[in-house]
Amino acid sequence: MKSIVTFAEQRDGKLRRPSLEAVSEARRVADAMGGAQVEAVVIGAGSGALAAELGHYGADVVHVFDAAELAHYATEVWARALGQVIGEVKPAAVLIPFTAMGKDLAPRVAAATGAGLVSDCSALAVKDGKLEARRAVYSGKAFATVRWSGEPQMATLRANVFSLATPDTSRAAKTVARTVDAASRAKVTAVNAAAGGKLELTEAQTIVSGGRGMKGPEHFHLVEDLAAAFGAAVGASRAIVDAGWVDHHIQVGQTGKTVSPNLYIACGISGAIQHLAGMSSSRIIVAINKDGDAPIFKVANYGILGDAFEVMPKLTEAAKAYFAAKG
Amino acid sequence: MKIIVCVKQVPDTETRIRINPEGNGIVDQDVNWVVSPYDEFAIEEALRIKEAKGGEVVLVSLGPDRAQTALRNGLAMGADSAVHLKDAAFDAADTMGVAKALAAAIKGIGGADLVLTGQQGVGGDHSQVPGLLAGLLDLPQVTMAIKIELGEGKATVTREIEGASEVWETALPAVISAQKGLNEPRYASLKGIMAAKKKAIDVKDAAALGLAAADLAPLTTVASLELPPARPAVRMIDGDPETQARELLRLLHEEAKVI
Ligand SMILES: Cc1cc2nc3c(=O)[nH]c(=O)nc-3n(C[C@H](O)[C@H](O)[C@H](O)COP(=O)(O)OP(=O)(O)OC[C@H]3O[C@@H](n4cnc5c(N)ncnc54)[C@H](O)[C@@H]3O)c2cc1C
Ligand SMILES: Nc1ncnc2c1ncn2[C@@H]1O[C@H](COP(=O)(O)O)[C@@H](O)[C@H]1O
Repeated sequence: MKSIVTFAEQRDGKLRRPSLEAVSEARRVADAMGGAQVEAVVIGAGSGALAAELGHYGADVVHVFDAAELAHYATEVWARALGQVIGEVKPAAVLIPFTAMGKDLAPRVAAATGAGLVSDCSALAVKDGKLEARRAVYSGKAFATVRWSGEPQMATLRANVFSLATPDTSRAAKTVARTVDAASRAKVTAVNAAAGGKLELTEAQTIVSGGRGMKGPEHFHLVEDLAAAFGAAVGASRAIVDAGWVDHHIQVGQTGKTVSPNLYIACGISGAIQHLAGMSSSRIIVAINKDGDAPIFKVANYGILGDAFEVMPKLTEAAKAYFAAKG
Repeated sequence: MKIIVCVKQVPDTETRIRINPEGNGIVDQDVNWVVSPYDEFAIEEALRIKEAKGGEVVLVSLGPDRAQTALRNGLAMGADSAVHLKDAAFDAADTMGVAKALAAAIKGIGGADLVLTGQQGVGGDHSQVPGLLAGLLDLPQVTMAIKIELGEGKATVTREIEGASEVWETALPAVISAQKGLNEPRYASLKGIMAAKKKAIDVKDAAALGLAAADLAPLTTVASLELPPARPAVRMIDGDPETQARELLRLLHEEAKVI
């Protein structure tokens, strides 16, 4: 029987949302191929506990590498483990989330297995039993449709784009316990939570970003307040990262993060092409800008032409009231 | 210390993209070609390491004739020499083909203590070549580095992940890919530009790398390239700020259904 292998990234004993999206998509692809089997791979100390949840999202089989020495991600070890499963299962496709870990891991696995790899896909289709991928190129200025010439067809999937399946708690996956040689020439020696330890941009459903229109770091709290009211992550344009107002890990754009939230609110951001490269695949875009000709309005769904300093506090207030009433 | 830096020439992000008549690529003319910004971080890091510890910096780029401009830019920044991988057989190569050619070239120049790349070649946006290269060369890898400290036969590398940063220790030689935040690339000085003109660029074709057509057969191909779907025209919200705020929330809830 045909199968689809999917890599389920876990950190601190939790499956990350992009992994659940990948399993959900693997299920859809498997069904579209006429009932292929979904085989998930989860690696890490304590990861055995996550097999059931992968079953709920659509995995038929879960390959578990659960050992104390697998406490930290290591490219070579993870690639060896995934390569072991791919070598045995000989899947038609391999789906991996395009996260910091997946981005690091997938090419290594491709090199070892000789699989063709298509990165950062935003849609997959099955045509005549084969995959076809769609992905943004040239900073989102074009979209490519890509095909594979052999198998396995390996793809990494952009976070927040593939919808989550509704978990079915009555579905049980078969688990297969596996072991892997944990030797590695490169090792993680420490993990430091990012300053503030705030919501991760690439996985956020709502993002509020600020740019040079905020005039100075002393006003950036307007962006943070608005984000807090929406339960959103905070982003920034490069202009204010370079100016040192905010840390570069919140930069959105071509040399920052690529995000696709449901809702992106750009405050005092002009919408330079390099900024759009990182956020134009957001589902709904709101722009608050005092210049009616700002390019951000060309991609925005809703626009407020006005002074951010007047609009943002009102919007924060109204959002607080709205979410409080909604409960 | 010998450092090899892989440099990709890419369209400047400001460049307007035109799709070719075949509908599977872009029109090369009128494009302003630049060194991929992440590769500039990689070149800069190599130069800083050389300045601190001594050694040499060798650039490698695979691409058509114009790739020599990218190599000259890197030489003008201060790199010592460059290798240009050029062959019509590379035109259809995918990331795996590119990585195979780069791996063969790196072996051909006797390897290195450190191979630096960008974390992503902008335009194609694959983020694949560093990991493919490390895999093909059987070297350890650390990707998306924002800090690199060299020790004896090893490197300590900080890498960014979601909501945290990881500190890695890797044996050398290794492949390390550069992320924004690693450094601020320098501009080439006039003296550097003059000196670059005299530096050698070694051109190698597929045969010189020991690669046959079968090695370069693409595993993935772009079937078609399209402009992104047009977004609907913006809906401007009028009124005083308070009205605008309330109306926006209503629309986000009732029409867009995102809150
Ligand atoms: C190689 C390269 C890579 C780059 N990568 C990135 C990237 O990853 N991300 C990124 O963002 N940029 C990137 N840039 C920079 C990009 O080109 C722009 O310079 C940058 O995005 C501008 O930031 P901004 O919109 O905050 O500032 P500006 O362009 O200065 O815009 C400020 C906006 O605020 C508005 N404004 C001012 N006052 C108010 C007010 N009181 N109320 C409301 N609106 C107001 C103005 O009308 C204006 O539209 C890159 C550039 C290069 C060359
Ligand atoms: N044609 C090329 N020539 C030299 N280096 C390349 C080439 N393609 C990719 N690279 C290197 O690999 C990195 C990642 O590229 P990519 O995998 O294409 O996103 C780039 O930043 C370069 O350092």
